[in-house]
Amino acid sequence: MNALLKSRESILVGAILALLVLIATRFAGFVAPANLAAVFNDTSPLIILALGQMVVILTRCIDLSVAANLALTGMVCAMLNVAYPDLPIIVILMLALALGAIMGTVNGLLVWKLDIPPIVVTLGTMTIYRGIIFLISDGKWVNAHEMSPAFTAFPRAALLGLPVLSWVAIAVIIVMAVVMARTTLGRSFYAVGGNPHAAVYTGINVGKAQFRAFVISGTLAGLAGYLWVARYAVAYVDIAGGFELDVVAACVIGGISIAGGIGTVGGAVLGALFLGVIKNALPVVDISPFWQLAISGAAIIIAVVFNARADHSKGRVILKSAEHAQ
Amino acid sequence: MARTGLADPMQPVLRLDGIVKQFPGVRALDGVQLALYPGQVTALIGENGAGKSTIVKTLTGIYQPDEGQILLDGQPVRFPTAQAAGDAGITAIHQETVLFDELSVAENIFIGHAPRTRFGLIDKAEMRRRAREILDSIGATIDPDVRLRDLGIASKHLVAISRALSIDARVVIMDEPTAALSHKEIEELYELVETLKAQGKAILFISHKFDEIFRIADRYTVFRDGQFVGEGLMADVTEGELVQMMVGRSVDQIFPKRKAVLGNPVLQVVGYSHPTEFDSIGFTLRRGEILGFYGLVGAGRSEFMQSLIGITKPSKGVCKMGDDIVIIRSPAEAIEAGIVYVPEDRGKQGAITAMPIFQNVTLPSLGKTSRNGFLQMAEEFKLAREYTQRLDLRAASLDVPVGSLSGGNQQKVVIAKWLATQPKVIILDEPTKGIDIGSKAAVHDFMSELAAQGLSVIMVSSEIPEIMGMSDRAIVMREGRIAAELEGDDLSPETLVRHAAGITSEAAA
Repeated sequence: MNALLKSRESILVGAILALLVLIATRFAGFVAPANLAAVFNDTSPLIILALGQMVVILTRCIDLSVAANLALTGMVCAMLNVAYPDLPIIVILMLALALGAIMGTVNGLLVWKLDIPPIVVTLGTMTIYRGIIFLISDGKWVNAHEMSPAFTAFPRAALLGLPVLSWVAIAVIIVMAVVMARTTLGRSFYAVGGNPHAAVYTGINVGKAQFRAFVISGTLAGLAGYLWVARYAVAYVDIAGGFELDVVAACVIGGISIAGGIGTVGGAVLGALFLGVIKNALPVVDISPFWQLAISGAAIIIAVVFNARADHSKGRVILKSAEHAQ
Repeated sequence: MARTGLADPMQPVLRLDGIVKQFPGVRALDGVQLALYPGQVTALIGENGAGKSTIVKTLTGIYQPDEGQILLDGQPVRFPTAQAAGDAGITAIHQETVLFDELSVAENIFIGHAPRTRFGLIDKAEMRRRAREILDSIGATIDPDVRLRDLGIASKHLVAISRALSIDARVVIMDEPTAALSHKEIEELYELVETLKAQGKAILFISHKFDEIFRIADRYTVFRDGQFVGEGLMADVTEGELVQMMVGRSVDQIFPKRKAVLGNPVLQVVGYSHPTEFDSIGFTLRRGEILGFYGLVGAGRSEFMQSLIGITKPSKGVCKMGDDIVIIRSPAEAIEAGIVYVPEDRGKQGAITAMPIFQNVTLPSLGKTSRNGFLQMAEEFKLAREYTQRLDLRAASLDVPVGSLSGGNQQKVVIAKWLATQPKVIILDEPTKGIDIGSKAAVHDFMSELAAQGLSVIMVSSEIPEIMGMSDRAIVMREGRIAAELEGDDLSPETLVRHAAGITSEAAA
């Protein structure tokens, strides 16, 4: 499967490159390094959320509450900043991570302890988290002029030529790559998704692994929440509305099997970048945003068809002669 | 058993000739032939992978043969769809019954051809009446209105057979129908087969069990590696000859159990009880011993084993490993205590097919191959290599996913996985269920070897020859309790069956 996944990822790399070449013929400036860095920066929140979602999907669950979690965390951070403008950014970051983790914990506990289907749990919590934003904010916006300069400057601050937002995404990619490939925790996610029945007998607690996946997803959503609100310098009830679907789409395009157990960090990142390139390129080459939706949708279906075909077994070797011929 | 009339120059209802079925790179069927006669049972015999399932799928319109012809009453026919095969009167009862759990018995029997009222709506009353009729005709006392999910497997088989009768099937294919049935249910199935024979149906019976083939079949056809090997009357053939045709070599059906030297008690279980599944289970397992657990399906054997390894919790009971009392609340704790369980359904509960071989092998041993939660890849490979070599696993690399291996090699990965935990006690639940005779011998060999090396084995099995041949001692469970513990001269097929069925000694004596 490794070789297959690698080839699946290289196909995705090829698709992104082909897309860039195509765009370059219409608008050469798009592929300038500075612009590509800007596209990466713009895609960073999607990458962070997609990596959390990937873990959840690997364990045969789904987390639809990530965008609502992002929005609620973002609103809390923004309101705290307004109330206590002197609160250091590091404290706000910690709070964002903790708040996201708590929301992930709620999802995880409902799935693990009450055995409710993840799609139902997160559909419910998605609505609840959005509702809480309305309750705490009275439906009002927190605007740029109310936020402290330090609060909004953090994600944009340049470090070695890249904004902090991009560096956070890179850090998350590295940490997740290590967790998935090199820790027992990462291994347990693959085992649970690959075959939950078998995982039980090997001493892995399936529900607990799923719980942990939700906590990871929630924590990353919380992190993205602060970064999002600070970057766009605005917080309101509907920020990142519908973004959970982009996140799931990035995973699916990246070859994360919706049936669980198959997928890599590289795939999720590439899936997110693919969507990021489309989203950023289409307006500059003067294509209507409605086409953008259609193209994203088509990419999802093509990816799923491709994955389904790759999963198809090639028939059994029954005849002895055929076995020797191979 | 009535075997009269076989000498008649009877015409087959259905005849397959020179059937070739090609899959990319594989010829699954290579010019096979098969004939089914009215009122007779033809046993289709072959090892796993001989092409039995492919021929069934060809007969039922799921696969189209690439070459060859199908003759129905001597006329060439084609079955482009499953519907076409059904319309021609061919019906299959599968290993896993393909019925609809949420529908009623009557709806299941008549799905696709329900009687209609004059407005084109389903005539429920008529459907129920006719379902009752058909069920009565095979002596089944199932309520046509009950939902299928509320029935046991045996009853589901009866529904499947009723369905076959409802479409006036002329050919009934039974694909390992007894695999999941208990002794009594199998007897009922045999009677049913006789009923179907008497009604003139041609029956294709696929089974791994020789005793049942000899019991109910009139004719046999043997496939090997996708090719036709031979056919004839059961009366003219011996078990040995059939086995030889199947495997292409002679196989001695001798169990390789070596006389083991039993050591000290390894595992002692006292008074294990569960509110609904089993009660007061107690026994002692010694080092190097193979302890058989016999019983009818549903006697509570697997349920007890699952609680022993911490999947379900017993309400009472003590488990001792050596001299120490151990409390096992999860499979992880069982593995730590040295008890591993190889489940019955190895396909579903065994390997993780998308994962590489080495990751599968080390999965229950990750505690040993990791530090502070970080995996030590070198140690993982070392462990995996050691145990896969011990089992003579053939694979290009330990990096390839288990799904790319053959069934036999997948099984080796599963066993390597458990041996790598270095257990003291290994529980094998139906270790040879549904596998062919050649692989069975290999599993039995291996079991003896494990015991000889000092591992204690608990073997849950529903096959009397296996219990007789392999175990040093056998425990018979019935209705959640231990019915008998048999050893030496007391351990005989008769005593096993008697205790499992609950026949009291006086009555039998």
